[in-house]
Amino acid sequence: MSAALRVEALGKRFGDLVALENVSFELAPGELLGIMGPNGAGKTTLLAAIAGVQAPSSGTVSLPPREVGWAPQQAALYGKLTVAENLALFARLERVPDARAAVAAMLEQTGLSERAGDQLARLSGGNRQRVNVAAGLLGDPPVLALDEPSASLDPAQRERLWTFVKGLTATGRAVVFSTHNPAEAQRHADRLLVLDAGRLRFDGTTAELLARAGAGETDLEHALVRFLEAVA
Amino acid sequence: MTALLRKDLKILARSRLLVAVLVLYPVVIALLIGFAISRAPSKPRVAIVDETAPGETIQVGGQRIAVGEYAHQLFSNVEPVAVSSRAEARRQVSDGKVVAAVVIPSDIAARVGSGTSQGQVEVLYNGDALEQSLVREKLRSALAEANLGFSKQIQLAASEAIDALVRGGSLGTLGAPSNLIGLQQIPGELRSVIARTPPGHDREALERIGRFADFAAANLGVSKRVLASVGQPIAIHTELVHGRRTPLDSFAVVVAVAVSLMFLGVLLAAGGIAMEREEHVLARLVRGLVSRGALLVEKVGLAAACSFLVALAMLAGVGIFVSLDWGRFPQWLLALACGALAFAALGTAIGALARDARAASIVAFLVLLPLIFLALVPAGAVGHGFYDVISVISFVFPFKAALQALDAAVNSASPSLGGAAAHLLGLTVLFAVLARVGLRRAL
Repeated sequence: MSAALRVEALGKRFGDLVALENVSFELAPGELLGIMGPNGAGKTTLLAAIAGVQAPSSGTVSLPPREVGWAPQQAALYGKLTVAENLALFARLERVPDARAAVAAMLEQTGLSERAGDQLARLSGGNRQRVNVAAGLLGDPPVLALDEPSASLDPAQRERLWTFVKGLTATGRAVVFSTHNPAEAQRHADRLLVLDAGRLRFDGTTAELLARAGAGETDLEHALVRFLEAVA
Repeated sequence: MTALLRKDLKILARSRLLVAVLVLYPVVIALLIGFAISRAPSKPRVAIVDETAPGETIQVGGQRIAVGEYAHQLFSNVEPVAVSSRAEARRQVSDGKVVAAVVIPSDIAARVGSGTSQGQVEVLYNGDALEQSLVREKLRSALAEANLGFSKQIQLAASEAIDALVRGGSLGTLGAPSNLIGLQQIPGELRSVIARTPPGHDREALERIGRFADFAAANLGVSKRVLASVGQPIAIHTELVHGRRTPLDSFAVVVAVAVSLMFLGVLLAAGGIAMEREEHVLARLVRGLVSRGALLVEKVGLAAACSFLVALAMLAGVGIFVSLDWGRFPQWLLALACGALAFAALGTAIGALARDARAASIVAFLVLLPLIFLALVPAGAVGHGFYDVISVISFVFPFKAALQALDAAVNSASPSLGGAAAHLLGLTVLFAVLARVGLRRAL
């Protein structure tokens, strides 16, 4: 099966600071890929480069920006507009052929039809994040990049979000997300990338990362810390 | 871009308080400036203590000039508050009921009438440094005008006395003969006496007196003109080198409209761009949905259109108070449009460089307020070096150019509208480029 997304030797520099260095990986259709790493590891920069928000200093991303849906950590939406108005605006900007139908479908898919007329600023963090993800899906992209999608959500909201995301992968859409929550990665990610200081240190399943920490290790957080100490 | 424009209009319509403040703030400021400058300055309340006896006069030649005439001259330049005593005047100044008190002492008539000493009035005032300065200047001006009026009265009396000395007649002074011979008549009268006087010492003395009378009559006539020139030694003749004379109230309108245009244009554009970053939407927009250039054009266009319409309505509204030349309406539109574009471009530059709308607003206020004051500093009011710095700052920001464009459009003042409009368009490009650079960072 051909890859939904191919990232080759991606590098990003901000002056003297190396944010990403020679990062390569592939993402299969329907795959849910988690990215972990300490603060400043380059997770957000990698997702921004994949989504076309930041031009890479070197390397390539196989898809053009408009074929990657992007949901940043903080909802990139207008608080004064309603849910439906936000989605309609981005559908028009995405030049979706039938913007009205796309908005209706996205409201249905996110379970926000009843809140369509509410101003975004009045929604809970969880609902706002769902609209944020929905806005990234309006152009029907084959790949969705989510930057710490559950960072500000309570457990119930997180649960709803992941049910929604898994519904997307079930239809063949590939999703790559960053997280600081090992339990979340362990539970939802099919595969895991570990970044440290802009370099890709690990590419495999969570079981493989646990195995690297030693026999009988079941705590991914513990395994990740030991792994990062080992590669430092 | 239409979708973005509709979105911004929708957001503006839902931010009623913000829009009300954005429109009302500059309009109120502008109207205050307009009222302050177009209305005549109020006369200061000044207590007047006249210690002279009622009806007291000063004797000048054959004329008696009422001391009350001096008080009358003073009254026309202040709002007089009659006070009976110096103590009462001091109390009123101290209580702040009047800004100052003028005491006309009882010996003023004797001093002025003596011809050897100067009359003196006493001024009492109070308040902080600013009030003191204002009162001093106002009273100095009022007293100077009163002195001038009073000196004209004295000149008139002195002139009549000189006439009597030259032509003869009555001096009008108590005890003086009623039918005096004039200096002009003395040579004629002497001529027949000299003809009858044999040559010798007496005849020579008479001839010398005749020559003196002739000389004195001729030169005392000149002294009337000398008196006039001493009363007001230098008259002022003014000539405007270029442009036409701008009435202060028309200029006030231009200042008020320029201030409104600037605040509205800059704040709307700065807030509009900064909001995209604050809502984290900028990164989503510029990843292929909208180009940064198109985003800037939309923000500049919206802010310029809104500020243009408000300023135009204001200009027309202020025209109710001040007479404006409606025949120059097309020039108004051009000046307003160029100013609105330059201010909106400046706003986008501020908004693009700021992290959020609040920072953008604060930076905008910090930049704009000094620009108004600097643009209104007249040449010569400060040192050369400092004025050069002010000129450079005023040149690289659009307020002064907008003021000049509007002044040219509304009042036909110089420099020309074309030059100011070109300057504004140049600044529009400059600030749009800066804004584009500021937008490079999307996250």
